[in-house]
Amino acid sequence: MTKEQIEHVRNNPKYQKLVKERSRFAWTLSIIMLVVYYAFILTIAFDPSLLGIRMGDGVMTIGIPIGVAIIIIAFILTGVYVRRANSEFDELSHQVKEELKDIA
Amino acid sequence: MKKFLFISLTLLLSVAAVASGTIEGEVQKQPLNISAIIMFLIFVSGTLGITYWAAKRTKTAKDFYTAGGGITGFQNGMAIAGDYMSAASFLGISGLVYLKGYDGLIYSIGFLVGWPVILFLISERLRNLGKYTFADVAAYRLKQTPIRTLAALGSIATVILYLIAQMVGAGKLIQLLFGLPYELAVVLVGALMILYVTFGGMLATTWVQIIKAGLLLSGATFMAIAVMAHFGFSLEALFAKAVEVHPKHQAIMAPGGLVSDPVSAISLGIALMFGTAGLPHILMRFFTVADAKEARKSVFFATGFIGYFYILTFIIGFGAIVMVLNNPQYLDVAKQAISGGSPILGGNNMAAIHLSHAVGGNFFLGFISAVAFATILAVVSGLTLAGASAISHDLYANVFKRGEVDEVKEMKVSKIATVILGIITIILGIAFEKQNIAFVVGLAFAIAASANFPVLFLSMFWSKLTTRGAVIGGSLGLATAVMLVILGPIVWVQIFGYETPVFPYKYPALFSVTVAFVGIWFFSITDNSENAKLEREAFEAQDIRSQTGIGAEGASAH
Repeated sequence: MTKEQIEHVRNNPKYQKLVKERSRFAWTLSIIMLVVYYAFILTIAFDPSLLGIRMGDGVMTIGIPIGVAIIIIAFILTGVYVRRANSEFDELSHQVKEELKDIA
Repeated sequence: MKKFLFISLTLLLSVAAVASGTIEGEVQKQPLNISAIIMFLIFVSGTLGITYWAAKRTKTAKDFYTAGGGITGFQNGMAIAGDYMSAASFLGISGLVYLKGYDGLIYSIGFLVGWPVILFLISERLRNLGKYTFADVAAYRLKQTPIRTLAALGSIATVILYLIAQMVGAGKLIQLLFGLPYELAVVLVGALMILYVTFGGMLATTWVQIIKAGLLLSGATFMAIAVMAHFGFSLEALFAKAVEVHPKHQAIMAPGGLVSDPVSAISLGIALMFGTAGLPHILMRFFTVADAKEARKSVFFATGFIGYFYILTFIIGFGAIVMVLNNPQYLDVAKQAISGGSPILGGNNMAAIHLSHAVGGNFFLGFISAVAFATILAVVSGLTLAGASAISHDLYANVFKRGEVDEVKEMKVSKIATVILGIITIILGIAFEKQNIAFVVGLAFAIAASANFPVLFLSMFWSKLTTRGAVIGGSLGLATAVMLVILGPIVWVQIFGYETPVFPYKYPALFSVTVAFVGIWFFSITDNSENAKLEREAFEAQDIRSQTGIGAEGASAH
């Protein structure tokens, strides 16, 4: 890639939009996942009995639905990302590539 | 008793922590299990058929390393899930749930949450920049020779350590499940793996992994449904019965102190997440699909399969508490006479295997045993291919021949590398038979997290990275990880026999990963060479390609 091409791509508003929005989206989702996971791990480290609180009269504790929920959250977050990336971001990046073709 | 518990827990921890590993303790050879052997033979002939089919389609280096990039997102998701659902992940996690209840779930969650983060931050850039190995990405704008050497050595070390663990696990499983001698099992696994990889390359390896993942998912689903049916599909009834019969009673429904102090908890969290993102056989899977879109889909499917599988193992573990624990049929009477309690035949990692007999009789036991063995075959094939690629593509073609090499020659080297890796693995597998090899897996994971991952991550995200920084920092991370594992509780206390470990934590990741990142940062920013300037300038072009895929490896050849 030549200096001019780099400059051109960098100044392309669609490219800027792609990079900015995707980075923000990816980091937001990553941080959600990390916060959920580390909240869980730190609860285990500092106060594991919290997860042993029983639900109602049975033996079931709140730790079990919480654990399963984290697995489901991980799956949902990947789904959310893939959905947006495979439509909106791919479309944007396709347009960037098309526009670059004209100058190359 | 306390010491025994500690050792087996450590084993289980390390085993579970890396989705790989071994069966604990001394293993007694069992009587021949004919139905398992027959089912295993059916699997082997099927996969050899696939290898024959794949061999005809494997002509170029691209075919060999990445199945020509023609694997779909769904298939690749299955194969990634297959890499995760190793024998130890299946037997180890269900065994951990059987022994400790809730704690098993902690490990499952730890493995899984690395995935979304890999997807959001890494998989796409990796796919856009790389060709065959993750060293392609790390060396994209840095000096080929030193970076590739470091990345290839990191890959090979990870792969060999992992392979040893798988082999020892295979040998012990075979003694238990099939009643065949240890050495025969190790040679058999090694030989089949060499066949799959040398002849069928990535295409055969992927399909062996997909088929096995399908078999394992169906087997585990059947077991979980059978357990639930036993309790009228009421989770509360299952848990109530488990709490009643388990010696720890209500304690199995909450964390039981496996991860007790904050430092260990955080260190384990880092090891799981960064370690996964630095495993060469997992990273390599992102190059087998046609484009970034399929790469993303594969992570989505993989997360779904792995998450589903872990929920199944949780139910299976609780099912085993109810149906295997205290069932005299599965009791190890000899062991009970010595140590009391109610130990089960073959140790806690056999809980799922015994449960398969309890819910499905001899035929289903045979099926699950065959699948457990098939699982080891599939995982070692993926590992070996990653190791062979590091040798042929990184070391031979790009370091030794400086990129001036024809494909035919490079493929030949990778096949020779596969055979040599296979033979080394067989020899080491036999040599390590009686060793406590838990540390081997821990070490593999520590190296992946501390040497492979930081270099890969910063090469994609940090414009100021230079070759000097990457090489020195990556090596420091590697050295720190190895040193802390040796000075830690597993090697220093259990293997060398000292009273107290010099380094108190089992997981060095928090420290060694920090050393790597700080080292890379420091030796990069202080690098004022002309070369460093060029490398920093080259970041922009790399970033554009990693963001958009402009100029990336083209679409599928199939």
